[in-house]
Amino acid sequence: MEAIKYEENGQFHSGHVACAGCVEALALRVVLNTVGQDAVAVVPPSCTAVICGGYPFSSVKIPVFHTTLESGAASASGVKRALVAKGKPDTTVLCLAGDGGTYDIGLQALSSAAERNEDILYVCFDNEGYMNTGGQKSSSTPLNAVTGSTPAGKLTRKKNMVEILAAHRIPYIATASPSDLNDLTDKVKKAKNIRGMKVLIILIPCLPGWGVADDRAVACAREAVNAGVFPLFEVEDGTKYTLNVKEKVQPVNSYLAMQKRYRQLSEEKISAIQADVDEDWQRLMDKTNGR
Amino acid sequence: MNKMPNSLQLLSGNHAVSWAARLCKPDVAPLYPITPQTPILEKITEFHAAGAMKTELLTPESEHSAMSACISASLTGARVFTATSSQGLLLMHELLHYAVGARTAIVMFNVNRTPASPWGFWPDQLDSLAQRDTGWIQLYSETPQESLDTVIQSFVLSEKLNLPCMINHDAFYVSHSVEPVDVPDQGLVDGFLPPFAPEHMLDTNVGSSFGAPIDQATWNRSRKEMAAANDLVCDEITKIGREWGALTGRSYEPLEKYRCDDAEVVVVTMGSMCGTAREAIDDLRNQGIQAGLLKVRLFRPLPKQALQDALRGIPCAIVLDRNYSPGTGGILHQELKSVMYGQENAPKIHGLLAGVGGLNVSAENIRDWVKKYQKAKVEPESQWVE
Repeated sequence: MEAIKYEENGQFHSGHVACAGCVEALALRVVLNTVGQDAVAVVPPSCTAVICGGYPFSSVKIPVFHTTLESGAASASGVKRALVAKGKPDTTVLCLAGDGGTYDIGLQALSSAAERNEDILYVCFDNEGYMNTGGQKSSSTPLNAVTGSTPAGKLTRKKNMVEILAAHRIPYIATASPSDLNDLTDKVKKAKNIRGMKVLIILIPCLPGWGVADDRAVACAREAVNAGVFPLFEVEDGTKYTLNVKEKVQPVNSYLAMQKRYRQLSEEKISAIQADVDEDWQRLMDKTNGR
Repeated sequence: MNKMPNSLQLLSGNHAVSWAARLCKPDVAPLYPITPQTPILEKITEFHAAGAMKTELLTPESEHSAMSACISASLTGARVFTATSSQGLLLMHELLHYAVGARTAIVMFNVNRTPASPWGFWPDQLDSLAQRDTGWIQLYSETPQESLDTVIQSFVLSEKLNLPCMINHDAFYVSHSVEPVDVPDQGLVDGFLPPFAPEHMLDTNVGSSFGAPIDQATWNRSRKEMAAANDLVCDEITKIGREWGALTGRSYEPLEKYRCDDAEVVVVTMGSMCGTAREAIDDLRNQGIQAGLLKVRLFRPLPKQALQDALRGIPCAIVLDRNYSPGTGGILHQELKSVMYGQENAPKIHGLLAGVGGLNVSAENIRDWVKKYQKAKVEPESQWVE
């Protein structure tokens, strides 16, 4: 096992209110410490908003602006432009959003910020649903997953956000996982040094929302990567795809089995999920040309 | 002495607004086009392309994102300007509340236009009046010159009180009508409008957060603080309007009284209709009827004391509302009844729904209505007139 190499410099504090065992807090710790102090964060309603802290407390050291759910990318653009106007163009502007604020209600503002190639680092903590409101489906929720608003399982696929963003030809898009923190660190460092729009989508297995045991979130994320359910890759300028974990080493079964949202799935439904994963993997391989 | 000798330009109301924005040197201007606001946007982008404005211009995908960017830019310490109309303003509604709660200093110009459905592009003030509970300062302008002057004054006001300000003029009657406008010298505006230096902002040297979740008592306190700031608006805008008058010869008050002193009947209205009403008042005076006009320039916060003082002892007031609030009637009518409730020597107050949907209201119309309603029994409901 690789040693975790991110630099801890006090950007994220203990005492926050994430669920015990939550890997969103872990990913946030890595992102904030890697970005450093010269940064401003914009946070729409999400688990991150709660983790960052209610008034008068803050678990993060950089200034945070809590914006509205659909406004993340637009608000981050406003902060960035103001900093540029005030002679601080090098300050990193982060948007820390959930998948609801990214795939659903925030998509319009995100698309526009991408089209304008705003110089922001947009991080989506993707827990595949509205987990902060008790676990309802978003357009990031995958096929057959049970949520509060899909009690019989979701009937449609997860939206492919990377392809949507790639169509905007922004400088940098990457997926990341709390199971691969060094990969996440490298991607944050890389993104920080690119001017223009950068988007990181980090898979966050949600303990209560997915029905994962308190000590199994990292393992769950690793299973997702190993099964090719959540491949780790980068897209530069919308066209250059690079796979970071090059192989899909196992079927989806054990990944599904550790989550209550996939409980009582028929063999047929498991096969349907496997078929989607295989198809997406092949599609990704075609784009990377084996890179 | 402060005026350029050739400072008069032929400008539409909208281009006068663009000139005002240019003179105020906003750091950030997020803008989204909508009829009939577009000439404001296009002139600003022309100024920018020509290097006359150094502003960071954002052209996002919606008014919603435009206002989102306004809010966060203002909280980062930037001077912010935007402009919209009708559907655009309505789309912003959620964020209009947010902008006030976050105590931003955004200055926004709104061109009053009918809200859909059905689609219309006509002068009607329902779009902005429907935002009256958001907490934005609202000013209504009668002419291109007043629009230019009011934008500049609004930056002084908003940045002093940390309350966003919305200035409104009527679609086409003001937005697209062209008249000679005195465009003040840049030096004059620079001297009048100090740099924006908010006490608190998003600052990497101070890790403070804005808008974090709070408890009930803190939310409650935020509204009391907002109320305290609102209480200062009327005096501040009066002071600022007079200071502007000392520099330019054009002084402004929250309310303007025209031939009201010995009036037996007073027309009360806002925006472009004031110009027509002025003409009607002159006609009526020539016919021996002691009529006057009370122009409401500051609508939010409502200048209650000034309204009470202006109307007390006048036998009859006729409110002309170019808006219709279903279930209520004319919004200014409702407001005036509320302000005068319990006042001694309050006038009888007629409310007329005049020009709703952009119907033309002529001086002759106003003259006839004054004659008719001065003698009529007061109805509690606003009356439709044509």
